[in-house]
Amino acid sequence: MAIDSQLAIWEVFMQAKPGANYIHAGSVHASDKKMALQNARDTYTRRGEGTSIWVVPSDAIVASNPDDNDMLFDPANDKVYRHPTFYVMPEGAKAI
Amino acid sequence: MTTEQALYKYCLRLGDNALIQSYRLSEWCSNAPLLEEDLALTNFALDMIGRAQLLLSYAGVVEGMGKTDDDLAYRRGERQFTNTLISELPNGDFAFTIARLFFTSVYEYYFFTELQNSADTTLKAVAAKTLKEVKYHKAHATDWMLRLGGGTEESNTRVQAAVNALWMYTGEQFETDKADAMLQDINIAVDMPPVKDKWNVYVQEVLLDAGISVPVADYMQTGGRNGVHTEYLGHILSEMQYLQRAYPDATW
Amino acid sequence: MDVLEKTDSIQAEMLRHFEEKIERGDAIEPRDKMPDAYRKHLIRQMSQHAHSEVIGMQPEGNWITRAPSLRAKQILLAKIQDEGGHGLYLYSAAETLGVSREELISQLHSGKAKYSNIFNYPALTWADIGAIGWLVDGAAIVNQVSLQRTSYGPYSRAMVRICKEESFHQRQGYEIMAKMMQGTKDQQEMAQDAMNRWWWPSLMMFGPHDSESPHTGDAVKWKIKRHSNDELRQKFIDKTVQQAEVIGLTIPDADLKWNEAKGHYDHGPIDWNEFYRVISGNGPCNRQRMEHHKRVHAEGAWVREAAEAYRLRKEKELLHL
Ligand SMILES: [Fe+2]
Ligand SMILES: [Fe+2]
Ligand SMILES: [Fe+2]
Repeated sequence: MAIDSQLAIWEVFMQAKPGANYIHAGSVHASDKKMALQNARDTYTRRGEGTSIWVVPSDAIVASNPDDNDMLFDPANDKVYRHPTFYVMPEGAKAI
Repeated sequence: MTTEQALYKYCLRLGDNALIQSYRLSEWCSNAPLLEEDLALTNFALDMIGRAQLLLSYAGVVEGMGKTDDDLAYRRGERQFTNTLISELPNGDFAFTIARLFFTSVYEYYFFTELQNSADTTLKAVAAKTLKEVKYHKAHATDWMLRLGGGTEESNTRVQAAVNALWMYTGEQFETDKADAMLQDINIAVDMPPVKDKWNVYVQEVLLDAGISVPVADYMQTGGRNGVHTEYLGHILSEMQYLQRAYPDATW
Repeated sequence: MDVLEKTDSIQAEMLRHFEEKIERGDAIEPRDKMPDAYRKHLIRQMSQHAHSEVIGMQPEGNWITRAPSLRAKQILLAKIQDEGGHGLYLYSAAETLGVSREELISQLHSGKAKYSNIFNYPALTWADIGAIGWLVDGAAIVNQVSLQRTSYGPYSRAMVRICKEESFHQRQGYEIMAKMMQGTKDQQEMAQDAMNRWWWPSLMMFGPHDSESPHTGDAVKWKIKRHSNDELRQKFIDKTVQQAEVIGLTIPDADLKWNEAKGHYDHGPIDWNEFYRVISGNGPCNRQRMEHHKRVHAEGAWVREAAEAYRLRKEKELLHL
């Protein structure tokens, strides 16, 4: 059976309300940017879930390799001095 | 004709257009060329049912006989429907449906833009809500006209055939009669000639961009607004109204 | 250690690592290493699920143009549209494992991939729309709620979204049934008739009894499936009996009765011959459902082709500017 095109995959990111982070909602198929944006709108905002949409060709996304997790993410675990709770504040100091 | 009678007619025509167009679009559900497009066409159908509800309800109020939107949708016969003929034509292929949506949504875009200035507060509110919806329908239809016109030889042939077949049904959208004139005098109805001009400019521009030639019509079909329809409408009604007619005492 | 032994030990290490993750309750993500059998099971299950959502649009779609009020038409359209969306989410989730939607559809068309048996039954009257929403979506949601905690991340996220959307589906169906039961004698008969026809197929939606179910082992071990067929079926029966009583519908099972000791309803035997007959292609609508899907797919080919051709042309134009 001949396999035809279902058009390219685009990843959809949505902002739930102004000022919020864009969050991955899912993906849609589309042949061009405009279609991708419209398809994202018609698929992922049917219940007022968003006020803004980004669409990105799926193959433009570069993902980290889980095998590299130890070198990528573990070294940050012992850098406690990056967190405010690491510091000892003198008793009685306010608004710091 | 009283003002109320004219207004009733006006609302009924707008409501019937929305109702019958939504009927045709809803037939695409589970039949579209891409799952995403299936959702899109259904969204448009839902917009239109919502619009039909608002306008038919208001028509019922204006008429003053206690009729609801459902009474008007489900208990009138072929000759009492006043939608345009272009709304009721069968869907044909995707090119035909898109070309129809293009012609009607461009018209609606300019029409409802003007209706926002209506002296009738209900129509004014309906227009403001509808405009947002049809703006999107117009964008969606325009993009597809360009894709189909500029896609493959087959898609160009199909969309050209659709445009040719539909062209003689586009004129009816701009017709006016005594009711319109009466309402226009009191700033309720839209002045049509400017709407028609804008429609022409936009449509011709897109067709040109899409590589579709503009047909020349020696005649524009007419009749829907006065209840003289194509043979297709009767079949729509017999399907749409089946349960209401078969079980007149039932509520659903 | 020779090469073969070495790959074997790498394999074993990978599997151990994977099963530890599952054990901890960590989600598996697309780029994580996973056993081939896990991947295969997921693709099969997600694609079957996606196809079911999409094929499921047909029986309800059969009533869109005949919905008896504007409100009913609106609800039904929005509901069917949701199902299309669910199919879309699930195809997307399957695609994260490297299988394309094209491929999945071609597997459906060749008969290699299945869809839920329930959609091989016809929607004959308006009451069937009520019965489908109430019973079929009601059964589906029991399964879907359980799948929100499935171990594969994209599948689980799709299920969370789906469950959120499903929440009105069952209610709209139940509302239709309730209204009809309060209506005329004709309407009441129509509702009971739909109940009679949809009850047993709905129970079959959960699949064979646990004792007969071939795939359950690994799927449960790997937390793809979180509850067994019989557990889910029982849950559905227990909650549905009361709902039927409230609106005056009779469940077409003479053996149905409350079992105080178990705290569950006992039910009569399910006709598995019918189940296997329908699965093997001899249900009332198998042929129509597949023909419909194939026809739509074929009729849409030129549109998708045109969209691709248009994009290529535009890209070329941009290069020559
Ligand atoms: Fe479903
Ligand atoms: Fe669903
Ligand atoms: Fe559902």
